[in-house]
Formats: sequence, C-alpha cells, structure tokens
Amino acid sequence: MIEQISFYVFAGLLIFAASMVITMRNPVHSALFLVMAFFNAAALWLLLEAEFLAITLVLVYVGAVMVLFLFVIMMLDIDVARLRDGFARYLPIAAVVAVIMAIEMILVVGPEHFGLAQFAEPARHASDYSNTKELGNLLYTVYLYPFEIAAAILLVAIVAAIALTMRRRDGTRHQKIEEQIAVKAPDRVRVVKMASESNEAGE
Amino acid sequence: MLRSLSCNGVVMTNSFTIPDFVLASPEIFLLSMACLVLVADLFISEKNRVLTYVLAQLSLLGTLILTIYVAPAEATYTFSGTYVSDPMGTLLKTAIYFITASVFLYSRSYLMDRDIFKGEYYVLGLFGVLGMMIMVSAHNFLTIYLGLELLSLSLYAMVAFHKESMQASEAAMKYFILGAIASGMLLYGMSMFYGATGTLDLGELATAIQGKESNDIVLIFGLVFVIVGLAFKLGAVPFHMWVPDVYHGAPTSVTMFISSAPKIAGFALFMRLLAEGMADMHAGWQDMLVILSVLSLAVGNIIALAQTNLKRMLAYSTISHVGFILLGILAGTTDGYSASMFYIITYAATAMAAFALIIILSKRGSEADELDNLKGLSKRSPWIAFMMLLLMFSMTGVPPTVGFYAKLLVLQAIVNIDMVWLAIVAVGFSVIGAFYYLRVIKMMFFDEADSVEPLEVSAEMNVMFSANSLAVLFVGLFPGALMAVCIAALA
Amino acid sequence: MSELFDTVWGWGEFVWSFQIVQIVLGIVALMVPLMLCVAYLTFAERKIIGYMQVRIGPNRVGFFGYKLWGLGQPIADAVKLMFKEIIIPTKANKFLFLMAPVISLATALAAWAVIPLNDFLGIADEVNAGLLFVLAITSLGVYGVIIAGWSSNSKYAFLGAMRSSAQIVAYEIAMGFALVGVLIAAGSLNLREIVEAQQGNLGFLDWFWLPLLPLFVVYFISGVAETNRAPFDVAEGESEIVAGFHVDYSGMAFAVFFLAEYANMILIAALTAIMFAGGWYTPFPAAMVPDGIFGLLIGSGIHWFVIKTAFFLIFFLWFRATFPRYRYDQIMRLGWKVFIPITIVWLLVVAVMVLANVGPWFD
Repeated sequence: MIEQISFYVFAGLLIFAASMVITMRNPVHSALFLVMAFFNAAALWLLLEAEFLAITLVLVYVGAVMVLFLFVIMMLDIDVARLRDGFARYLPIAAVVAVIMAIEMILVVGPEHFGLAQFAEPARHASDYSNTKELGNLLYTVYLYPFEIAAAILLVAIVAAIALTMRRRDGTRHQKIEEQIAVKAPDRVRVVKMASESNEAGE
Repeated sequence: MLRSLSCNGVVMTNSFTIPDFVLASPEIFLLSMACLVLVADLFISEKNRVLTYVLAQLSLLGTLILTIYVAPAEATYTFSGTYVSDPMGTLLKTAIYFITASVFLYSRSYLMDRDIFKGEYYVLGLFGVLGMMIMVSAHNFLTIYLGLELLSLSLYAMVAFHKESMQASEAAMKYFILGAIASGMLLYGMSMFYGATGTLDLGELATAIQGKESNDIVLIFGLVFVIVGLAFKLGAVPFHMWVPDVYHGAPTSVTMFISSAPKIAGFALFMRLLAEGMADMHAGWQDMLVILSVLSLAVGNIIALAQTNLKRMLAYSTISHVGFILLGILAGTTDGYSASMFYIITYAATAMAAFALIIILSKRGSEADELDNLKGLSKRSPWIAFMMLLLMFSMTGVPPTVGFYAKLLVLQAIVNIDMVWLAIVAVGFSVIGAFYYLRVIKMMFFDEADSVEPLEVSAEMNVMFSANSLAVLFVGLFPGALMAVCIAALA
Repeated sequence: MSELFDTVWGWGEFVWSFQIVQIVLGIVALMVPLMLCVAYLTFAERKIIGYMQVRIGPNRVGFFGYKLWGLGQPIADAVKLMFKEIIIPTKANKFLFLMAPVISLATALAAWAVIPLNDFLGIADEVNAGLLFVLAITSLGVYGVIIAGWSSNSKYAFLGAMRSSAQIVAYEIAMGFALVGVLIAAGSLNLREIVEAQQGNLGFLDWFWLPLLPLFVVYFISGVAETNRAPFDVAEGESEIVAGFHVDYSGMAFAVFFLAEYANMILIAALTAIMFAGGWYTPFPAAMVPDGIFGLLIGSGIHWFVIKTAFFLIFFLWFRATFPRYRYDQIMRLGWKVFIPITIVWLLVVAVMVLANVGPWFD
C-alpha cells in the first residue's frame, strides 16, 4: 500500500519533471528539472530494491554529470527562442512519428508480453540482502570481460578528448613545480665579493 | 553447424569458473601494448616519433602471432560465455591485423605531411583494432555492444584528428551523432530480446528463440531495431547518410581505415547476431536484408555516377559493395556466409589500396581527392596507373581480378536458395556500377593531364601499393586457397 | 508492514503513525543538539582563532547580565540575522534564490540519517548502503552553491559558483576513492559495521587511520575542500570576488548558508571519526579500562564519538588560522594530479593487506 502510493507519487513527479525539462524556456531550469527527474527515477529504483543503482544515479549523474552540465549551460548564452524556430513547422511530422512510436510501444511493451503471466513476480529479498554485494559479485566474476572492456572504452574516451582538445600554445606561462623545488640559493642570489671602498667614501 | 556450436556458451551465475585467460591472450596483449604505446609515446621526442609507429606495428605483429598460436580448432567459450574463439574469429582477426598494419604503413607519410603524425593516432588505431577483435569474438549482447562502442569511439576521434580541418570536425560530428543513434537503436533492439528471452548470451538466445513462435511481436520488434543498428554501422541504405560525408571529410588515412577493417568486424557482427544468435528467425531477417541489400545496390551504384570527388565516389561504391555482402549473409547457408566472408576480406584490401592512391597523389598541404586529379595519370606514372586499373577492375568485377570471383560466389549462393531475381538485380546494378569505375580508367589513360610532371612515389609506398594491387590480381587468379580458408572457418 | 496495514486497518494505522512519530522525534532529538553545536562552533571558531592570533575573541555578550566569556554571542548573532531584511537582487530568480540556502542546509543535515552515534543510536543507521548514501548526499551540497551563484544575477556570485563546482567535482573523486579504501578494509557499506570492524584490544591502534593513513589524510583534506573551507575557499575568496556565491545574500538567507557550512564541517569531522578513528570506541586498550563508573567514562561510548568529532573540527579551525588560500590552478593540480593517484595506489595496497590478513586490522 505505502509502496504503491510512493510509486505513483514518484512516477507522477518523474513524468512532470521530464516534461518540464523539454518545455521550460530557460535551459538552466530545464537542467534543474532534469536533476529532479533523476531523483525520482532513483526513488523508483529504490522501490525495486536496487539501492546501489539508485544511489549511484544520484551520486554520478546528479552529483557530477549534471553539475558539469550546469557549469557549461550557465556560461553559454543560449537563445532558446531561436532554437525553437522550426517547432511549429516540424510539429505535424513529429506528432505522427510520436504517435506511431507510442502505438508500437503499447503493442510491444505491455502486460500482454511482459506481464505477470509471462514473468513470475520477483521474490522479495530479506532486509539484510545487499544489492551492492550481489552486483559486485557478478561484475567481477561472470561479467568480468565486459567490465574490463568498459574500462578500455573510458580510457579511449579520455585519450580522444585530450588528443582532440589539447594544443600547446606558445607564450603561455606554466609553473614548473619540479624546477621550483630544485632551485638552490646560488641560482637566485649572486653573492658578490668585492674589495672595500670605504676609505674615500668615509671621509 | 553454427547453431550446434553456440549452445555451449551457457552463463553460469551460480558456479563461476575461472576464465581461460590464454584464450583471450591476443586481446589482453593488445590492450597492454596499446597502453604501453600510449605511455611510451610521452617519452619519445618529436623527431623520434617514428618509434611509436614501429611499436604499433610490433604490437599488431605480436597480436597476430598470439592469435594464431592460441587459436583453438573448434569454437571454445570462456569468460562465462561472453567470449568465443573459433576458426571464423581467427580468420577475421588475422585479416583485420593485416589490413590495419597496411593502413598504418600507408598513412605514415600522409600524417607527416600534415603535421598530425602523433602517437595518439596509433593508440586510437590500436584501440580500434581491440574493439574489432572484441566484436569478432563476442558471444554476448554486452560484449558485442561494448566492442562496437570501443571501435566507434576510436573512429570518431580519428576522424576529427586533423584539428585544423573544419571538414574533418564536421564529419566527426555527423559520424558521432548518427553513430550514437545507431548504438541506441541496437541497444533498444537488444533490450527487446533480453525482455523476451531473459538472456544476453547468444547461445542461450538461440535456444530460447527455438521455443518461441516465429511471429512473436517482441522478437520481431527487437530484430528490426538490431538490424537498423547494424545497417547504420555497416552503411547500408537507407542508413547510409553518414558514409559519403565521413569518407569525404575525414583525413584520407582515416577514411582508408574506416572503409576497410571495420567492415570486416561489421560482417562478424552480422554473423554473431543473426547467424548464430537468431538463426531460427532466418525468415524474418532475410526479408529485411533483401530490402537493405537491393536498396544499397541501387543507391550506391546510381549516386556514385554523379560524383566528382573520388572519396565520395568510393564511399558510394562501398555502399553498393555492402549490398553484395548482405546478399551472401541473407542466403543463410554456409556457402553464402563463406562467400560473404571472402567478399568482405578481398573488398577491404581493394578499397584500402584505392584510398592509398589518393595518398600517393596528394602532396603536402593539398588533397588529391577530386576525380580530375586522376587525369592523365598513365603519363605521369604508368605503373601506378596500371595498378589502379587492376583495382578498378576488381571493384567492377572484371575477371581475372578477385572482385569477379567474389561476386560470382555470392551470386551462386543466392541462386542456390532460389532467389534468381535477386541475383539478376545485383548483376544489373553491377553493370550500372561498371560505368563509373571505367570512367576512372578512362580519365587515367585517355584524358589530358593538367600537369605532366612525373609522379614522385616513395619506394615504401610504391612497393606496398604494388603488392596490394597485385595481390588483388593474384587472388583473383588463384582464389582457391583463400576460399578454402573461408570455407574451413565456417565449417 | 503493509499486510498488517491492510488486514487490521485500525491497528495498522496506529502502528504506522506511531512509527512516523518515533522517526520524527528521533530526527528532532538529533537535529536540535546538532544545530546548537553549529551555533557554538561559530563561537568556538572565533575564540580559538582569536587565541591562535593572540587576541581574545568575542567576550561581551552573555546571559542575564553575566558575561560568561561571551557565550551568548551566537544566540545574539542568530537573533540579529533573523530580524534583518532578506534583500533580493533585481532580476534575480526569486524562487531559486531562496531555494539555494535551503538546499545547502538540507543536504548537510540529511546525511546524518545514516550516521550511527554509538552501538544502538541512530535514525536510519541500519541502511546497508550507508556509505554510498553519505557520498551521494554530500555530493549534492554543491547545488546550493551553484544555484545561489546563478540566481543572484551577479558576476562575483557566478564566478564563485563556477569555481566551487569545478573544485567539488575534482575532490569528490579523491574522496570517493578514499572511501573505497575504507569499504575494502571494513567489507561493508554500513557505517555501523565500518565502526565495528575497527574494534580490537589495542585501542586507537586498531582504527583504520593507521593502515589507511594516506587515504585518511586525503579524505580529510578533500573534506576541507568539499566544505569550501580555508585554504580551499576560493568559492568565497573575499579578497578577489568579495564573498563569492553568497555575496548577494543577507539576513536569514545568509545565515542558512552559514549554518550549512558549519553543519557540513561537523558532518565531515563526524564521518572522519567514524571511518578512520573508530567511531565511539575508546582509544585506550581494553586492558586499561576498569569496571565501574570510571570504566564507563574511559570505555567506549557516545562521548568518545563527540570528542573525536570535536578533535577533527579543531583541525578545520587550525587550517583556517594558519594557511594562506590556495590559488585556483593549484587546487586543481592537488586534486587531480596528487590525490587521485595516491588514493588509487593505496587502494591496491589496502587490497593486498586485506588479502594477506595483515594484523591487527585485517586478521
């Protein structure tokens, strides 16, 4: 009962937030609604006993990805009105595509194919069941190979991003820490020994 | 045969066995070497950059040796069924190594001339090869998808590698966005299969499908999306929009790479997913592939006629050849598969050589990718022009070059399953296609050149290009050996 | 629970509401002392930094005519801020402008839900992914800063928000990795089990700070950076960008930001105490703890948790009094190029230590 109520509340909020993401005029507001959508999705996952995924969604997407997203969006001066220029013109086609997609989805992803008749209701786990532990066990045994490939993909992404964006410009000043540390007193101060000149000056 | 092989790869969730790392040692070795090249490149000074290139070639060599050394005689599964090593995989991987090594060799001078001779180029190339190896050896939806992403990500970056070129950046953007959509399609289709059968393993999938009705709407729906995704990646019409733009915009050395090795991996993808995993849905995907292949043949050959740019023309030519390759796959027989495999390997080598000609023709600071650049080539360098003649003959399908034999095999396979009309359509479009290949030959031999200065070709390029082109002739004359290997790989 | 609710409506409703009341009471019982601590932390800061700089600090405001070393100061400050006007800048986004401080404080307080105070006290301390929850919630605190900076419609505030978001994302990774080390060492994500994994006969030598020393240092410094405290307070940077993200805040809105900062400090100190310093366990070896009243005092208990938290809090103040502010690029370098590699290397070391059952921690 409580679960059902919370499911509908979170699902409703999720749909509300998701539709606000695409209808808001201000991109920053859109991004903030996306954050809200992530939260509600995480709550739904919690209801599915997938606490690791739920918390990771918040930690990674809300805590890091969306922060960087906002970082960029806030600095750009995006003219949303201009982006929506063709909106009315393309609306009929878009509507037709959307309706077709919706019909297809209803045909395929419905209780007829994925309902309780096809799949047994998953058993509830005891309260000491740790979703995180189970995931870890699977990832590092059965799915070890895909897991390692994913790591390689991330490495390629880093290499690609750096290779495509880094350029050495002449004339920029860099702090060379190792040279700063290695510096010795004689490199900075020259101690000059010279004969006393005080005789004439003193008079 | 393929079906019976694929049933062994059962994912055991309860009892986990330590994977056989030796079996995957080529992948492990290449990954380590790619990382090594990445780090070593940091310590290599600008003028010794060629060391990075040598290291990359050595990595490929080492991987080749390992692959052949550990290759099992029959399909063997490890990593809980996510990895498969079989004769088909060994053959395709070997072809990929050879093609990539040649691409690296061809592209060295091109990169140096444009100041993009960087270590990252080779690192990304090696990671691309790793992605292709993973795709070839994949036996699970997850590994297929991840291998594909690893390859695609490397290719996107390589297309944009020439940072100063606006065209390259634009091509990379288009490639990336369309590629991402294609990946999405593929994933969506896979998720449908997962929903319907409850497994990601291709062997289990094949068994699960056997029990299902053939018109199960979820499966058909998933199949459509999977095929759309695959067609996108291979560049079959109507999902070919990115091919000409990317081929045109990318640096020629990268175009050469994209047009050759990844196609082989793409073929492997079709084989693993359709022939192994969804063999029982053959009727379903055959119809879809017929449409894709007829459209590819038509659009590829007809639009190529109107091109004035050699790279774009070759792009459309690729599309039409993809049509032929799909013909062999849709036959669904061992004959058809081996014919397609023969076709894709020989086509990759031919296309690579054709792009090598553009590299040979271009000079520092300028591209020679217009058809007009070919005018009077026979007067500037008769030998190179003759080699190009062989390549164009092969692409057209003129005997005794290998292209003829490849087309013949595919058509045979189609006729054997009583789809004579399809064979006639394919031949008809090939005849149309012959026009633009022959036009290239006409330009080289009968048109007046803008400049008559002899073409300067480095010895290295000359030897490689000649060997490559002569191989096209040689395999055409004696196709038996390669054909036998292809048949053995699938038997 | 829900079956009970369905079958015996009245009884179920009663149990349900009783549980809710219990939870709310628990929250109040935790929050009231916590807010008092926050208030007096500001006082402690002024006093302690004052002594470090050979000043006296606030010593006038007391209660009922007695000065009491200035103990009334935070109360007076709070009353003052409550009655000041909240000025909303022109063209600022009013809703977000007022939401920002609330988000800051809410995230700082929400993380306390999974924190065990001793071996039985805590609000939702049985959650088995407590460590992840803490990480996720603390990573949200940056939204308060970003939204404040953006909605203020001011250059300085915006610059502060930008600096802060880059900094927090950078240090979150090091922090997360440091906590992975704790996770490996304890073998659990539940904070109570993490503390219990540090139990032993050797007292403070049993705690994780020793085998995880580099992670402990990295975690604590990252914690300082995450809370935007000196020497990582470039987001405020009063000498460059006036007061950074909260330059346009006044009155209670400003006070809430202030409270959030100090609540975050207490949270980080408490987490450090739990994960690296044995939570509520006594630092004395088991052999030294006698029976009786004196034993209760020296033996494990909630007071040790409070003392340890206070101990780590002193460091926050000490840093502020002694270190000059980092330059922005130095902060980035420290986060990405120093801390992250250190934590990754030490993760391997910890894993090896756990596998090799290195005593007294992992046997």
